[in-house]
Amino acid sequence: MKMPVPSQSVLARKSQVVARLQGVLPMDAVIHDEMETRAYECDALTAYRCPPMAAVLPSTTDEVAAVLRICHEEGVPVVPRGSGTSLAGGALPTADCVILGVARMNDVIETNYADRYIRVQTGRTNLSVTGAVEEDGFFYAPDPSSQLACAIAGNIAMNSGGAHCLKYGVTTNNLMGVTLVLMTGEVVEIGGAHLDAGSLDLLGLVCGSEGQLGVVTEATLRILHKPEGARPVLIGFDDNEIAGACVSDIIKAGVLPVAIEFMDALCIKATEEFAHAGYPDCQALLIVEVEGSEAEIDDQLGRIKQIAMRHSPVEFRESKSAEESAAIWLGRKSAFGAMGQINDYMCLDGTIPVSELPMVLRRIGELSEQFGLAVGNVFHAGDGNMHPLILFDANKEGDLELCEEMGAEILKLCVDAGGCLTGEHGVGIEKRDLMTYQYDPADLEAQLLVKDVFDPQWLLNAAKVFPLAVSEGRRATQLAAQ
Amino acid sequence: MKMTPKSEQDLSECVAAAKGPLAIQGGGTRGVSVAGDLLNTSGISGINLYEPGALTVVVKAGTAVSEIEAALASERQRLAFEPMDYRGLMGVKGEPTIGGVVAGNISGPRRIQVGAARDFTLGVRFVDGQGTVMKNGGRVMKNVTGYDLVKLMSGSWGTLGVLSEVSLKVLPMPEADATLQVHGLNMNDAVAAMADALGSPYDVSGAAHLPNDDGGVTMIRVEGFEKSVAYRIAQLREVLGKFGGEMTQAKHSVTDWAAVRDVQNFHNKDGDVWRVSVKPSDGPSVVAVCAPLEAQFDWAGGLVWLRTKQGADVRDKLAGIAGHATLVRGSGQPRFHPENKGVAALSDGLRQRFDPRGILNAGLMSA
Repeated sequence: MKMPVPSQSVLARKSQVVARLQGVLPMDAVIHDEMETRAYECDALTAYRCPPMAAVLPSTTDEVAAVLRICHEEGVPVVPRGSGTSLAGGALPTADCVILGVARMNDVIETNYADRYIRVQTGRTNLSVTGAVEEDGFFYAPDPSSQLACAIAGNIAMNSGGAHCLKYGVTTNNLMGVTLVLMTGEVVEIGGAHLDAGSLDLLGLVCGSEGQLGVVTEATLRILHKPEGARPVLIGFDDNEIAGACVSDIIKAGVLPVAIEFMDALCIKATEEFAHAGYPDCQALLIVEVEGSEAEIDDQLGRIKQIAMRHSPVEFRESKSAEESAAIWLGRKSAFGAMGQINDYMCLDGTIPVSELPMVLRRIGELSEQFGLAVGNVFHAGDGNMHPLILFDANKEGDLELCEEMGAEILKLCVDAGGCLTGEHGVGIEKRDLMTYQYDPADLEAQLLVKDVFDPQWLLNAAKVFPLAVSEGRRATQLAAQ
Repeated sequence: MKMTPKSEQDLSECVAAAKGPLAIQGGGTRGVSVAGDLLNTSGISGINLYEPGALTVVVKAGTAVSEIEAALASERQRLAFEPMDYRGLMGVKGEPTIGGVVAGNISGPRRIQVGAARDFTLGVRFVDGQGTVMKNGGRVMKNVTGYDLVKLMSGSWGTLGVLSEVSLKVLPMPEADATLQVHGLNMNDAVAAMADALGSPYDVSGAAHLPNDDGGVTMIRVEGFEKSVAYRIAQLREVLGKFGGEMTQAKHSVTDWAAVRDVQNFHNKDGDVWRVSVKPSDGPSVVAVCAPLEAQFDWAGGLVWLRTKQGADVRDKLAGIAGHATLVRGSGQPRFHPENKGVAALSDGLRQRFDPRGILNAGLMSA
């Protein structure tokens, strides 16, 4: 993975920059020792590592502003970091950068049930946002698989989704306002507890901008009352494509489950050995979850059963208890971990129109044979967000490269099918170079213009999202400014 | 001069060749009036792709909303964000276009449950101020590939680019709907009742309060499968019993909600019309400080419609309440709420980049 050449001028001024940062932060909030900065050398895309020049852990918006002001004046690149769970390398440092971690900013600022929102500092983890309101019957809907660890800051940067966003939407649909600190240190308030923008929708622009436009330090999030109950069913099929067709039929029928999850044979087998969830031995299974009162759930599951039966499932298992529900979800939630036990894998994240599921699953199978690498499929089928897991051997020369090459082919397939490169993980460095496959030069230029407005010197997370060749001229501004 | 391009290519040429300001218009029903040559997009029309099984439709921007709704209805689907029809309120004729709906981020009562137009817009194609065709997003539900310019374009009222095509997420029509009406509550009780309804697990899809001489009628809507609707209405009766208002039920409430959506109470009446977005519990304060001729609450109190004396500036009075006020009908004040300094600088920067000549609906969203 190519990264920009670190600026010698910045590296030469390390001690000066560190001293200035120490002037505005507590001593223990500035990490500059070469052993200690290693803790920040990568995120969850562990194939790529590079320790930063320094890392800072501010506790307030004012401290974030002070850090950015200094880095701006010194011409030092900044890479914002939530909890470091990005699968796309969104928080991968460059050697000349300061990592700005928001991990110490985890306060709840305000909870308002009458108006159904919560305001938090963005270092707070996704699950602990729900944790702050669940005793009162409320929850925060977006639920990425990493929700125990991932921070709201990263959720906003990547516009994270999750299993239940089929009904509740992704981060951008649940985000009401942010405090954004620009690279200059200027603090901007966008949105709030009211709905919709009074003018241009900058909130929608900031969400999903991968930490390139500013650092979000506080967020107002929509909370909802928990449903009365929820119950999953597990439906097994002896064919991937039939399972795909069943998904499309469920959606078309007007039943809108909160989640429709898909696992193929490889994932089912690995998960079974790892988590012992009691899954049937079949080619594909769907987990479909509906919500409501007991009677409403029965009614909806009845309709789903009717549809499923038309596709001759080998198993239709309705949960009869909380334990059985937990068991059904257990396998799905441990799927990535289970796959990690049996092999190294690369997790893709393309989205396709739901109607193309059977075709795309077939083509992925063909690519798997062609490249000689096994692929497991476990994904959010209801919204077409696929997560093919390509298995490879990290210790085998050339296997990672072969895997990446195959991954690129699968993502191109998603684009060709009318979909996109990434549904919820973000572009980061991982899919940066495929951007030109989905977007024409003019389309990319429109996005680059936005970056120019928010961060004219291209100091914030600048090596991500866009192919380096495309952003090169802009990043040169950064060098010229030094 | 009036230009009526028939294709995206035509549109691109019109913008590129423009010598001065352009007034961008779809159906021309939403009260936008700026100086310049008229650029009407209603000729760029037609449904490109409709996939009921994928819940998506891709349409040219000038397509009539009515044409799209009819196509969706034939598959028992709909635009769930319930776009408002401005014609009655503005006293104008014309055919609203989907481009206008997206450009204005036009939603209706269901916005509190399912989201706004911007949440249902999956992709856009547009022509920027230089005539360059650009696209962003696509036609899938989940897409984080690059920056989300779809949200930026939605609600930019043509000032950053002229939409040529949009893809939208659609949803199934529910099997049934019902509305619980609580009578005689004052504003404060009504807003508290709506908060309780929305703070319940009963998946409310509309919460409005229309004041009248006897206090008013507070409307709570639920939609879904027949049995579920009946159950949730019964549960909501329990939740709202403590407010003491008489409760009745409207079985097929479509026309009632169209009246709320389109602010029918204000039709054919004089005065200015303001649309104020605040947090729901601030709704009654908005009415108290503005002292309008007439008011209506949607979005559980978070969307306040005000009919005021001509020329009255409500923004001064709202200074202590967070949110924004749009002058939908009237003149003498800017249509859009002035932005705070930081946001204004960023917005100006974006307008300069996307429309360096400043010709797209010039002055509409900025001074």
